[in-house]
Amino acid sequence: MKLRVNPILCDGYGHCAELLPELVELDEWGYPIMPREPVSRSLEPAVRHAVKMCPRLALSLEKRAR
Amino acid sequence: MSARLLAPIDTPLPRRRRAELLAEIEASGLTGRGGAAFPTALKLAAVARTRNAVVVANGTEGEPASWKDKVLLAENAHLVVDGAMVAARIVGARRIIFAVGRENRTVRKRLERALAGRSDGFDCFLEAVPDRFVAGEESALVNHLNGGPAKPTMQKPYERGVLVQNVETLANLGLIARYGAEWFRERGTADEPGTVLITVLGAVRSPGVAEVELGTPMRDVLQRFGGLSALPNAVLVGGYFGTWMRAHDALDLPLSDAALKPFGASLGARSIVVLPQDACGLAESARVARYLAEESAGQCGPCVFGLPAMADALETLDVDRLRRLAPQISGRGACAHPNGATRFVASAVDVFADEIVRHHAGRCTGSARSPVLPLGSSREWR
Repeated sequence: MKLRVNPILCDGYGHCAELLPELVELDEWGYPIMPREPVSRSLEPAVRHAVKMCPRLALSLEKRAR
Repeated sequence: MSARLLAPIDTPLPRRRRAELLAEIEASGLTGRGGAAFPTALKLAAVARTRNAVVVANGTEGEPASWKDKVLLAENAHLVVDGAMVAARIVGARRIIFAVGRENRTVRKRLERALAGRSDGFDCFLEAVPDRFVAGEESALVNHLNGGPAKPTMQKPYERGVLVQNVETLANLGLIARYGAEWFRERGTADEPGTVLITVLGAVRSPGVAEVELGTPMRDVLQRFGGLSALPNAVLVGGYFGTWMRAHDALDLPLSDAALKPFGASLGARSIVVLPQDACGLAESARVARYLAEESAGQCGPCVFGLPAMADALETLDVDRLRRLAPQISGRGACAHPNGATRFVASAVDVFADEIVRHHAGRCTGSARSPVLPLGSSREWR
């Protein structure tokens, strides 16, 4: 599973970086940089929570690689 | 070399079965001529699997340093229409939309005339699109055709039954349907077969568009444009998403992606700009970087903020800042705009490294002159 952001929807609220400091970093304008690696099993519940909490619904946890 | 894409067509399009046409195109090895060089047969096959397919002939060519699609449409619109009908036959589409830039009246008239004389059982439409740099990106174009702004979306049109093909790709379909894959492969290299339309501008005697064989030595390509008109400083390969190369590196290569790859370059939409020795590559690049920032669709944060920051840093020649910015911009938008702009700027910093040193010492090799690289001017999105 990979964590992805829809960059058109994202407005840089930064909730994802707050909730997932071990996975998501913010760039200098406050937009999230997604991890390259797949999300580990142990972090999946936290990631699902972050996906739900995004105020722009810009995050998704996706199965297949694009 | 005798022309193919720009030669008048005097034989009717043969009636051939869908599967047979697709097999012929697959065997030809034709790749997309819009810049991404994706295998055409794969895209056709993907759309053929969907229902209610539509074909979009993409003649928007928003790249200011490229005129090859405009020349093709003005000189040989019928061949493009032929190819669009071949594509429509293969994917099972009834509707074909020809999308062209709003400003170019000649192109629109020629296409209108070409379409008026035909009744091949397809519903053909002509649509004028804002002349913006990213308007021809597949998803942006489809967004505009659907009534929205000409801005990219997260959709992949070919997954939803919309075949968007560059007009030069379609012209090749019109030829392959007539003469076959083997004939197509008589030109070009084994890995990159066929001929291509190429735009050359800058320090050549007759800038413009010509048809050349893939694999032709770059020096011979420039001879088709009257040869060099000044000592070359550098060469921009692949337009504004492309790569600056040192003249002595570029001029000895054959015109192919395989030859350009070691230099981190590719042919893209095959625009070549020869920068003359008395032009400043940094000033030219900074103008284009600013233009690309202004051409951002304004949707994705890293592009909205990153591209102006990159243009600022190039203007002030802050190389460290440019190095820090690149990974924060490239690959982080919905489309390839930020990636292309980042590649362009990175290659400028690399190729014009000596010029940066000179500038920091208060000097510049560019004498006063008008800019070499053209910019677009449309401010419309709808």
